[in-house]
Amino acid sequence: MSTDVNVKMDAIPGLDPNAMPLQVKDLHVEFRTRNGIAHAVNGVSFDLRAGETRAILGESGCGKSVTAQAIMGILDSPPGFVTGGQILYRGVDLLKLPESQRRKVRANKIAMIFQDALSALNPVFTVGFQLGELFRKHRGMSRRDAKARSIELLDLVKIPAARQRVNEYPHQFSGGMRQRVMIAMALALDPEILIADEPTTALDVTVQAQIMALLAELQRERNMGLVLITHDMGVVADVADRISVMYAGRVIEEAPVEDIYASPAHPYTKGLLESIPRLDLKGQELSAIKGLPPALTNIPKGCAFNPRCRYAQDVCRQDPSPPLYQVSPVRTAACHFWKEVKGDE
Amino acid sequence: MGRYVIRRLLQFIPTVLGTMFLLHYLTSLAIQFSGNPVRALFGDRTPPPALLEAITERLGYADPCLDQKGNPCFGLFVDRVTDVFFRFDFGINLRQREVTELVADAIPYTLKLLVIAMVFQTVVGISAGVWAGLRGGSFADNLVKITTVFVISVPIFVLGVLVREFVGVKFGNVLRGQAWVPEVIADGMFSPGFKPDYPWASLIIPGMVLGAVSLAVTARLTRTSIMENIRADYVRTARAKGLANKRVIGVHTLRNSLIPVITFLGVDIGSSMAGAVVTETIFNVPGIGRLVTFSARTGESSVVVGVVTMLVLVVLIANLLVDILYAVLDPRIRYE
Amino acid sequence: MSDLTGASTAVGGAPIGGEGPTPDEPATGGKERSASLWADARRQLVRDPVFMLAFVYILVVSSMAALPGLWTSQDPRDCSTDRSRISPSWDHPFGFNTLGCDYYAHAIYGARPSMVIAIMATSAIVLVGGVLGLLAGYYGGWVDTIISRIMDIFFSLPFLLGAIVFLTVIKRQNIWTITLVLFLLAWPTIARIIRGSVISSKDLDYVQAARAVGAGNGRLMFRHILPNAVAPMLVYATIVLGSFVAAEATLTFLGVGLQPPAQSWGIMISDHQVYFLEDPWLLLFPCGLLVGTVLSFILMGDALRDALDPKFR
Repeated sequence: MSTDVNVKMDAIPGLDPNAMPLQVKDLHVEFRTRNGIAHAVNGVSFDLRAGETRAILGESGCGKSVTAQAIMGILDSPPGFVTGGQILYRGVDLLKLPESQRRKVRANKIAMIFQDALSALNPVFTVGFQLGELFRKHRGMSRRDAKARSIELLDLVKIPAARQRVNEYPHQFSGGMRQRVMIAMALALDPEILIADEPTTALDVTVQAQIMALLAELQRERNMGLVLITHDMGVVADVADRISVMYAGRVIEEAPVEDIYASPAHPYTKGLLESIPRLDLKGQELSAIKGLPPALTNIPKGCAFNPRCRYAQDVCRQDPSPPLYQVSPVRTAACHFWKEVKGDE
Repeated sequence: MGRYVIRRLLQFIPTVLGTMFLLHYLTSLAIQFSGNPVRALFGDRTPPPALLEAITERLGYADPCLDQKGNPCFGLFVDRVTDVFFRFDFGINLRQREVTELVADAIPYTLKLLVIAMVFQTVVGISAGVWAGLRGGSFADNLVKITTVFVISVPIFVLGVLVREFVGVKFGNVLRGQAWVPEVIADGMFSPGFKPDYPWASLIIPGMVLGAVSLAVTARLTRTSIMENIRADYVRTARAKGLANKRVIGVHTLRNSLIPVITFLGVDIGSSMAGAVVTETIFNVPGIGRLVTFSARTGESSVVVGVVTMLVLVVLIANLLVDILYAVLDPRIRYE
Repeated sequence: MSDLTGASTAVGGAPIGGEGPTPDEPATGGKERSASLWADARRQLVRDPVFMLAFVYILVVSSMAALPGLWTSQDPRDCSTDRSRISPSWDHPFGFNTLGCDYYAHAIYGARPSMVIAIMATSAIVLVGGVLGLLAGYYGGWVDTIISRIMDIFFSLPFLLGAIVFLTVIKRQNIWTITLVLFLLAWPTIARIIRGSVISSKDLDYVQAARAVGAGNGRLMFRHILPNAVAPMLVYATIVLGSFVAAEATLTFLGVGLQPPAQSWGIMISDHQVYFLEDPWLLLFPCGLLVGTVLSFILMGDALRDALDPKFR
């Protein structure tokens, strides 16, 4: 078991400190199952600047978590396989790196936090052990030093009585505290990019706000890039700079956050916004997008959203699926009729 | 943790009493339906009445409650319990030797057998389970799955007899015919039964037979546990932390996977005792198991009851220790 | 098979006490199949070669037990020592045993006591264990505490040891006493399964809903909760049948089970161990039949479990 001491930037050849921290280009991931091939990610592209928050929005099963796992390199493989595209960290394609080098990037440069902290943390090891292990294995620190750093980390994420709690087990923390522990674990090695996969979905609303505020503060302090994966439009509005909306494994709209809320250019995004219950429409029927998202083994021809879309025409039902039209210099939308969708407002 | 231990100890006492009562009730019921067992000890010979009475008294079979079918005989039960716990009196055999003596003579052999069986089943069982679990669906996995089903299905006495005949007798004869095979192997390890000259070597194969079923269960349990834990969220987190695969599996996964396996091994002591009865009988090992079988065949129920009582107490203590061990291994249990 | 709790762990770990099947639940996302779990299971089982082979084997053995005349015209009691240990031939496929009886006939007639004991004992424990498990799981409270403590006590007694004690003291070794001891010592196995299933079923939403519209205890128990328990119980009953066959053979082999002149595979194995070197078939035929039977029950139970456990879908 090698202990990677002081991971240096030049340990990975080709790193360009001036390139963008993260660029995903035309990523394809498929899952080979007994029931057929599930096309989980079908040509996803986005990028992330230093200090920026990119939100990836979509329903369950649209491929957003799979994208995140592919970036980290922790896909369950088999049955998952990356079948195309590039994931560029500062100009270096992670997909082409050998596993030993990818491991150096993980947690050191790109870190990830997960949705359910109770199952994401190992139940039989103390929080201190799980934090300290990062320092011991990646930085070669001694147990004592690692423990001291762990206590500092717990303080950083505002867990009271850190000195005592470092010896406790995950199930002894409340939901919000546990999520803070996960954040601490992700930030331990000062990564440049943090991927947060539904970090607040399992939490109460008030705790949600606290966690998001904590993330925002830490991000600002470190000028860290944040990829926020969620299905909750409310969370996104406060925190994100740019949003990519995903459906059936594709990005179907991409825009700065104000633009999307003001004038969505894709029927799906529009449907999502309309389905948020509004106080001023009290007493009227809740609007919802009819139908269900497609099974990833059986994605409809043409535009994947066409069976549920009120703007759909014949061209939408035929291959190829709509390309990303340039709605404005900073916006794209994958809809043949984006002008009408946008104009409808 | 301390509270947990105390609670377990408090639960332990009624369980011990309850199990002993169960044994007692089984025997009382049987006596109530088939008469004084002491008489039958003598078979066709007619014993002198004084001797018959002496033994009957000594074993407590003179109690009038034994004439009524269904009577739980609490008084007799209390006597038994005080005998066992305060005087370590587990009864006598036909020739009026203490059961405790008989057991003391037999224990060393059984212990050796049990040690060999436990080491065998733990080491091979866990290794096979881990090997198969990490390679789900592959040849290794299917191999382990199939062989374990077979081993579990074969009743242990069939396995023992077949092993004894094929390995001990047939193969052993072949080895014994060759001059170059060292004696400890030909006469010791591959002997068809226990040989006092080779107390450890001749118990290796019987030990493996005894451990065979538990090994299969251990392997299956480990395999399932590993397969479940490999897919667990915390394993994904460990990988996301950039830890090497060896550590993710060897430290994070294994530690969780082994919890049910280790507790099973502890609880398995009970079936090992039962298995020892069969194995010792087949391989002619002069241990506790064979003592039980021979006494059962000759109808010496006093010995059978006494020895089984002792074995049950051992099993109960082992179960208690396993419960405590479980709390040590799984911190979620400690704070219940 | 030296301990019955081994049967429950034999199939890979934890006993199924968890979610029972929820029948008539349509599959989401994709083709809507309104097939129930049982129809799905039956379809899967019929296509499983291992299950079908095992099932056929059990049918064969059952017919041997029920209608031995179908399988052999020989009388197993027609023995004469001048035919002792003659090798197998076309007329007598298993040859003759030490007493000169037709061994094949012995094997056929030997199936009956084993199967009868196994079936009677299994039925008894399903009935009694099922009821007690249902009561304990459903009512909870002190009913559950008492029944559970009793179950714990029974679990602490290793099966084989308890059986030896009972059979030794009772001195009458026949089908009834063996069935009785198997039943007495093994009912907690099924009771625990049922109890676990009932406890997790109690919390299911549709049970709460039924209670909310006023369903009484009896109706809740039998129409809503018990059906969930049928699947795990069926699986375990199958496996337990196999382990009972093995247990009876073991007890008989040790000398505390059936005695000659009763016929049983256990006796055949026990009596003919010493002749292995000269006439190995005397030992191997009954071993094969016995192992085949137990293996078939266990494989059937395994296949049933895979087919009925909705988590595996």
